[in-house]
Amino acid sequence: MKTKKTAYPYLLWMLLFTIVPICMVAYYAFTDAQGNFTFDTFISAADYSQVFLYSLWVALISTFICLVLAYPLSFMISRCDEHKQSMIIMFIMVPMWMNFLLRIYAWVQILQNYGPLDTLLNFIGIDVTLIGNSGATILGMVYEFLPFMILPIHTVMSKIDNSLIEAAQDLGASRFYVFKNVVFPLSVPGIISGVTMVFVPTASTFLVAQYLGGTQFMIGDVIERVFQSDHHTGSAIALVLMVVILGFLVFMNKFGDEEAVGV
Amino acid sequence: MKKLSQKIYFGLIMGFLYLPLIYLIAYSFNDGKTSVWKGFTLKWYVALFQDSQIMQSLYNSLLVAFLASLFATILGTLAAIGIYNFKGGYRTVVQTVSNIPIINPEIVTGVSLMLLFTMAGTLFNFEMGFVTVLLAHIGFCTPYVILNVTPRLKRMDSSIYEAALDLGCSPIKAFFKVVLPEIMPGIFSGMLISFTYSLDDFVITYFTRGSKFQTLPIQIYTMTHQRINPKANALSALLFVAILLILILINIRNNKEAEKSRA
Amino acid sequence: MKKKLCVLLCLIIFVLPLCLSGCGGSSGGYEGEVNVYNWGEYISNGDDGTLDVIDAFEEKYNIKVNYTNFETNEELYNILSNSNSSYDVIIPSDYMVSKLREEGMLEKIDFNNVPNYKYIMDRYKTSSYDPTGEYSIPYTTCVVALGYNPKVLGHDDVTGFKDLWSEKNKGKILMFNNSRDSMAIAMQLCDPPINPGDETFTHEDIDRATEKLVSQKPLLKKYVMDQVFTEMEGSQAGIAPYYAGDIYTMMDNNPDLTYCLPEEGSNLFVDAMCIPTCCQNKEYAELFINFMCDPEIALANAEYIGYGTPNSGAYEMLDDEIKNCELIYPPEEYLDKCYTFSNIPSDVYVYMQEKFVKACSSSAEITDMGGETSADPKYTIIVCILLLAVIVATIYMLTSSIIKSIKNRGKIQKR
Repeated sequence: MKTKKTAYPYLLWMLLFTIVPICMVAYYAFTDAQGNFTFDTFISAADYSQVFLYSLWVALISTFICLVLAYPLSFMISRCDEHKQSMIIMFIMVPMWMNFLLRIYAWVQILQNYGPLDTLLNFIGIDVTLIGNSGATILGMVYEFLPFMILPIHTVMSKIDNSLIEAAQDLGASRFYVFKNVVFPLSVPGIISGVTMVFVPTASTFLVAQYLGGTQFMIGDVIERVFQSDHHTGSAIALVLMVVILGFLVFMNKFGDEEAVGV
Repeated sequence: MKKLSQKIYFGLIMGFLYLPLIYLIAYSFNDGKTSVWKGFTLKWYVALFQDSQIMQSLYNSLLVAFLASLFATILGTLAAIGIYNFKGGYRTVVQTVSNIPIINPEIVTGVSLMLLFTMAGTLFNFEMGFVTVLLAHIGFCTPYVILNVTPRLKRMDSSIYEAALDLGCSPIKAFFKVVLPEIMPGIFSGMLISFTYSLDDFVITYFTRGSKFQTLPIQIYTMTHQRINPKANALSALLFVAILLILILINIRNNKEAEKSRA
Repeated sequence: MKKKLCVLLCLIIFVLPLCLSGCGGSSGGYEGEVNVYNWGEYISNGDDGTLDVIDAFEEKYNIKVNYTNFETNEELYNILSNSNSSYDVIIPSDYMVSKLREEGMLEKIDFNNVPNYKYIMDRYKTSSYDPTGEYSIPYTTCVVALGYNPKVLGHDDVTGFKDLWSEKNKGKILMFNNSRDSMAIAMQLCDPPINPGDETFTHEDIDRATEKLVSQKPLLKKYVMDQVFTEMEGSQAGIAPYYAGDIYTMMDNNPDLTYCLPEEGSNLFVDAMCIPTCCQNKEYAELFINFMCDPEIALANAEYIGYGTPNSGAYEMLDDEIKNCELIYPPEEYLDKCYTFSNIPSDVYVYMQEKFVKACSSSAEITDMGGETSADPKYTIIVCILLLAVIVATIYMLTSSIIKSIKNRGKIQKR
């Protein structure tokens, strides 16, 4: 029990299957096909910077929509009694456990031309193409990752003591004041982890844009396609993606820590 | 009044989460391939069970998930105990590195492992397939086990273990008699999470599977990618029922435990 | 004692998965196995009362078939050259046969083990991609044609590939999601046209074709391969170039669809069965190829896939309706206008793939109608600034947290 040795197999494991692969990505990113050191891979990768920004943009909007949808819901759930809460959380988790391709595929069927939603809208007299644009991609992302926003915020909210809110109200605080100065500050750690849990996979996911979007790829799709022919440029893009995401995580973590000090 | 608006909001979100699934399930009974309803049938279910490729990949998925969660649990539990005994700085470093597979974008993990396995494959002459998928799955499951076991270890009173040693237990016996029962819930939930993540993983499997080894998510990708395939709807319906049953069982078990601890 | 235990644990954790995989790999009840790598939806699989060819083979010879799919020739090549996979039978297209043959990745087929070879039509026995005919046995043959849906397009005026660049079809056009086929179509439409069957085209030719593709992007609905079925059968898109046999299948499933043999001429392609050098059991591979050449089996496949069959035995048994269909068996005069792909130098080939991915990912929604082939430098600059900011911020935060922890440690020690 007092031994450190039991961790050694895992340390070896981490070296082999976490550190070495990442070093290999870095190695490939800085070499060409002959194994010489080069920056050309990054110059070649720079051609995909539009796609990269587009992915970050989609991720930002999806994260924001998720937050707006999830925040009031989490608050409502956290005010129910305990038994009911676990039931509701369970029902929110069910779609999350379904295979993500099947869920996206469901939206493909619903949104497609002559699909149910299109038929309905045509019947009312609105003629729009629902699938094959950024809107559909964002919808897919929000659907995919909404539970990941609800769960952490709810976890934090459910720990807020009702008596705290009541005390503030007894002391004459308005409803808005209570929210601003009691509920919101206490829920910040939940928001932070929710935002990271949604933003990171949204920015890097692949296939969703291929299923729901039109000709516009996301960075994940590009990495996959470039890797089919050129490991070096692919590694360069993957490396840039990793650095940006890790930087984002460090930033969020720092932000979260400082905010959490007050709690 | 306020209650009503809350209920409507809650209903809308739940509708958003569940309508696609309901649509999928409803159309698994449709006697036609398009979104036009042509009558009730069970033929897609029959076709599903007769499709040997799907059944094979289901078997592969379950096998990988079982083995991966088993190994990840052993590796992760041992690692958690070891890391628990590490001192300050080392512990932070090890924990950070251990979390890399969780926080890194899945696609980057996937391509980095692909690079590793491709290189190892040329060196030692093996092809990617079952083994590489299993290794990759153990790799991303273990951190979740560690995350679940560590809090249990921290909460445990180490004097119980010492008492057992003082009373003449060998360290190994003391571990099995005292420590293990204490951290068992953490191990169990870690194993469960590993199992579901492994069962559901698409991205990392996609990059490490080589070309012959099929898991269920890969099969779903092949099925939904080509054309609208009602077999995929039937599969979703079955998965949905399975997930619902499992979650309800877990929920009941949790509630019972909560009642026990209250009593 | 503890060290031993530790080593033992390491061993168990690392070795056991390997052992298990050894057990998992063996197939129970079968005498052996044959690994087949084929295109998606490219074999009769028992759906809707057709013959399940793989089942039939397994039953007849008691050999397990590991059947897997690829989506593009490039994927096949990538897997064969990079992943140490072993396959016994592969079914690449003409130019890929030639590439693999020239790179020494194909085995010669022993025709004594393939008696059904006698059914292959004489004119398909040798060809430009395999001049001696020793490395491949043709499986299917077809042209690239246009499938379109007049109801979705709102008109019936489709004559050739130029309609894929027509403003009036905007948002209803699908395009090949592989470099070879889409570049070929773009090359035909360049001014002056480039012959895609040529072996000698240069980087500049590819640049011109890429420009053509980029100019098409704002009009496109999607780049597709197998997804074309969903799109066309479900009347989601209006017009798509695709392999004639598949268009035939789509027309079967959606009566609104019709076809057009492009007036510019088109690509005549052959998909052929080959044995790669990584083959583990050549005997079984040849057994499988022979089985596929059996007229009954070839007929089942031809009817299921809808492509033209080079198997005379199967052709004789086909319905007259298919035999006389110009889409599947185009008249000789049209075939004279067609070209066949040949192997191009690998640097040109890599360049072509790279340019195609870039053309696909050039942003239509952000820049709209942008004529440039490479990305706008301002986006690169934004990404660079972003990266720099991230790196600086990370370094700052890490150093500040390290400084903090050092200070804290001092405090603790003082206490």
